[in-house]
Amino acid sequence: MEVTEAVAIDHGLKKEEFSKICELLKRTPNLTELAIFSAMWNEHCSYKSSRKHLRKMHTKGKQVIQGPGENAGVIDIGDDDAIVFKIESHNHPSFIEPYQGAATGVGGIMRDVFTMGARPIANLNSIHFGSPQHKKTRNLLRGVVKGIGGYGNCIGVPTIAGQTTFDESYNGNILVNAMTVGLVNKNKIFYSKAAGLDKPVIYVGSKTGRDGIHGASMASATFDDRIEEKKPTVQVGDPFTEKLLLEACLELMADNSIIAIQDMGAAGLTSSSVEMASKGNLGIELNLSEVPCREEKMTPYEIMLSESQERMLIVLEKGKEEHAKKIFDKWNLDFAIIGKTTNSKKIELIFDNKKVAEIPINLLAENAPIYDRPWKKTKLPQKLKFDKDEFKSLKLSNCLKKILSNSNISDKKWIWDQYDHTVMGDTIQKPGGDAGVVRVHGTNKAVAASVDSSALYCFSHPLTGGKQIVCESYRNLISVGAKPIAITNCLNFGNPEKEKNMGEFVECIEGITEASKYLDFPVVSGNVSFYNETKDRGIKPTPTIGGVGLISDYQQMLTMDFKTEGNLVYVIGKTEGHLDQSVFARELLNEKKGPPPTVNLFNEKNIGETVLDLSRKNLIVSCHDVSLGGILTAVSKMCIKGKKGIKINSLKGLTNKYEYFFGEDQARYIIEIPKASLKKVNEILNNYSVHFDDLGIINGNSIKYNDDINLPIEELADAHKYWLKKYMDS
Amino acid sequence: MKSSVIIFPGSNCDRDMDVALKKFGFKNQMVWHNDQSIPKSDLIVLPGGFSYGDYLRCGSIASKSKIIKSVIDFANSGGLVLGICNGFQILTETGLLNGILQQNKFLNFICSNVYVKVKDKQNKYFKDLKKDVLELHIAHNEGNYFCSDDELKSLEDNNQIAVTYCGKDGTENETTNPNGAIKNIAGIFNNNKNVLGMMPHPERMIDKYLSGEDGSLFFKNILDNFK
Repeated sequence: MEVTEAVAIDHGLKKEEFSKICELLKRTPNLTELAIFSAMWNEHCSYKSSRKHLRKMHTKGKQVIQGPGENAGVIDIGDDDAIVFKIESHNHPSFIEPYQGAATGVGGIMRDVFTMGARPIANLNSIHFGSPQHKKTRNLLRGVVKGIGGYGNCIGVPTIAGQTTFDESYNGNILVNAMTVGLVNKNKIFYSKAAGLDKPVIYVGSKTGRDGIHGASMASATFDDRIEEKKPTVQVGDPFTEKLLLEACLELMADNSIIAIQDMGAAGLTSSSVEMASKGNLGIELNLSEVPCREEKMTPYEIMLSESQERMLIVLEKGKEEHAKKIFDKWNLDFAIIGKTTNSKKIELIFDNKKVAEIPINLLAENAPIYDRPWKKTKLPQKLKFDKDEFKSLKLSNCLKKILSNSNISDKKWIWDQYDHTVMGDTIQKPGGDAGVVRVHGTNKAVAASVDSSALYCFSHPLTGGKQIVCESYRNLISVGAKPIAITNCLNFGNPEKEKNMGEFVECIEGITEASKYLDFPVVSGNVSFYNETKDRGIKPTPTIGGVGLISDYQQMLTMDFKTEGNLVYVIGKTEGHLDQSVFARELLNEKKGPPPTVNLFNEKNIGETVLDLSRKNLIVSCHDVSLGGILTAVSKMCIKGKKGIKINSLKGLTNKYEYFFGEDQARYIIEIPKASLKKVNEILNNYSVHFDDLGIINGNSIKYNDDINLPIEELADAHKYWLKKYMDS
Repeated sequence: MKSSVIIFPGSNCDRDMDVALKKFGFKNQMVWHNDQSIPKSDLIVLPGGFSYGDYLRCGSIASKSKIIKSVIDFANSGGLVLGICNGFQILTETGLLNGILQQNKFLNFICSNVYVKVKDKQNKYFKDLKKDVLELHIAHNEGNYFCSDDELKSLEDNNQIAVTYCGKDGTENETTNPNGAIKNIAGIFNNNKNVLGMMPHPERMIDKYLSGEDGSLFFKNILDNFK
């Protein structure tokens, strides 16, 4: 096939990009070369629209061993232990084929983590679907959950936490973000930078097939009516092979045979080989006839673009080939020497003894286009003036029940029951809490992890929204007694070629950066997913934050369930009663305007440190952060989980009870204090100059507030626990 | 007491089982599926997971693996063989235990705490166990036990039903049956009661920071009965 501008456009390249390629190469590329350019220059691999802004992120910290730019980020947790983690999107494939899309999303992110030498110890996910009323939602949700479970359960890594939301902006573009946390000895971390000349390049894992060709380009374009035709671009996962690959790689990593290793993810063999060579400032020569293929007559074009799963590329020390082969034979995996490193600084492909492609590496990596796309600031919406007289017709207890059964607040047990969350025998906080917690095997330490996003806040005001999610992640970790260490982010946005969407992206990053700097909560890894748009309708901006924290003695972990009758309950942090953008405003007043709650980073940090201090001194016995749905929603969850009631004190002065109970002000926690610790707790709160309210006392089996609320916990639990199950069964 | 845990490609509860056995004082060793023989053992454990990807049928390829002949010989000579989850599925595929494990009734994977009632204490696993109801943990997609009427009758007649799903108070009915298993069966013995297969995972319930501690009782009891 002759390569023309039209062919290039078919490959997702822009007209100008194609001219630039011809100019750089000083000739027209052949089809295989064009394919390589299109794979490396698409949004997914090149970060061409985002790179300029990603550079501003706060990525350094005392505990950061490896920041963004590797397969995953790495942080130090003491005693030679390090945690490797990253979150990644698999949105486009999951909409087209929910089971395989989600499954291979999980597989891909686990490979990113064990590529670095870490054994995965926990999976998390953040999944977002269209309106529950939309005809596709139920099946997409079922497929995605089965896919995530099908893969993670088989590998035997517990899925310990997650987040699920519904919003009509996802009707045509669901989001599936998967995160993996792994554990590694900090002296045995493996990187993707090739080094040394004439070193063997090894292909291991599954055979290469025709699945997933153009996957990365598909993820770099918007959807139209013909998305069903894209099904063949979705990869098919085989978790069994991945389990074998995991064990084989870790076995080989026990000694010093590996120089560099990279998994074949998006754009498969192309991006893995180019990346390793580029990082090492080397050339690479591959003989594609040696690549194990599962289908007949595969062409170089197909081999280079295939996104078949469960494959790795390794640069090995010379002389270690036999040793490595033995290990992969033991695990029944393909092993092939397919090339070597060279000093040409080019990627050179041989097929059937002929050279079929030759491209200088720097053209694919450093010379990939970078765009400074135009963007528009989002103005802070004006604060709404609620008619408080209108509230009076709303019964508090009805409001509460309605909010607890809201699709975004209700219990997601139907989902996480389908994920193995206890395998590996170290899960000490299961899904459903503020964060999942797993022990660092054989030690007193535990790692807490949480995933969060707030698309409504980010849509209303991206800058505030960006800050807010980082704070939310920070609070969720503190609520389980963990010291927050670092974050990974998955930036899901619409079409960057539109000023509004690009503006949302830029300002969310600005917010994330400001908060992560202030809270000393650096970003160590991440991924960008643009073009989440169907027929011109984009998603709400949905940056997802995956936070990781450390509990140095796991016996000090906190949970949210109320523990003991007679204990006191405090709200830490000040409640102003911010109702704009709240679940209350949406669900009960049908009001969607207004700004998100203000984020005060000083308060976040100070109050967070206070709560952490209280937990380290064993002065509190349960803790939960106040987020969606406000104080009353948070307290109800603590009651439901602990199967205990609470008697709430009368509010003081002129406070409006709706604003107080349902306002979504930030930087607040609810804590349970045994009477014996009360004096000390008060002292500490005063020392930190932290505002607190004496909310009430744990009592009986109902939530009681004056004459307004008297709700048995069981009734609340019914409202909270069964929405999703009923929805899925209906 | 010496134990051996067999690792098949795709096993994923092998380490958990190793940790649990050693915690209670078993001298445990790990045995690779391609090995010809098993070192001298008092107990052989087939752990949970997805042996050989569970392709074809859960446990079926493992039931034809190289090591399995030694397991069958050991069982036939009276040795204790314990299969948990995928291990139970493998045992039914080898024919050491009757019946089969079908997909769960509601077609979903279930990971959850469950209660099981100990139905027989005249065996080396449950003899003198202090409790009649244990809180254990399940995590499976194919745990829906089924067998023919004749097989069921013989299981009942010979007291080969080991544990059944029940409520906290021991009630057995449809609502306390998580996967649709016939007669709420969660685990069974062979005729001699030296081979036990069960879906629940005692190895995930061995300290109070996990889902519970009743798994500890199970392991300690095997040791006590061995002395």
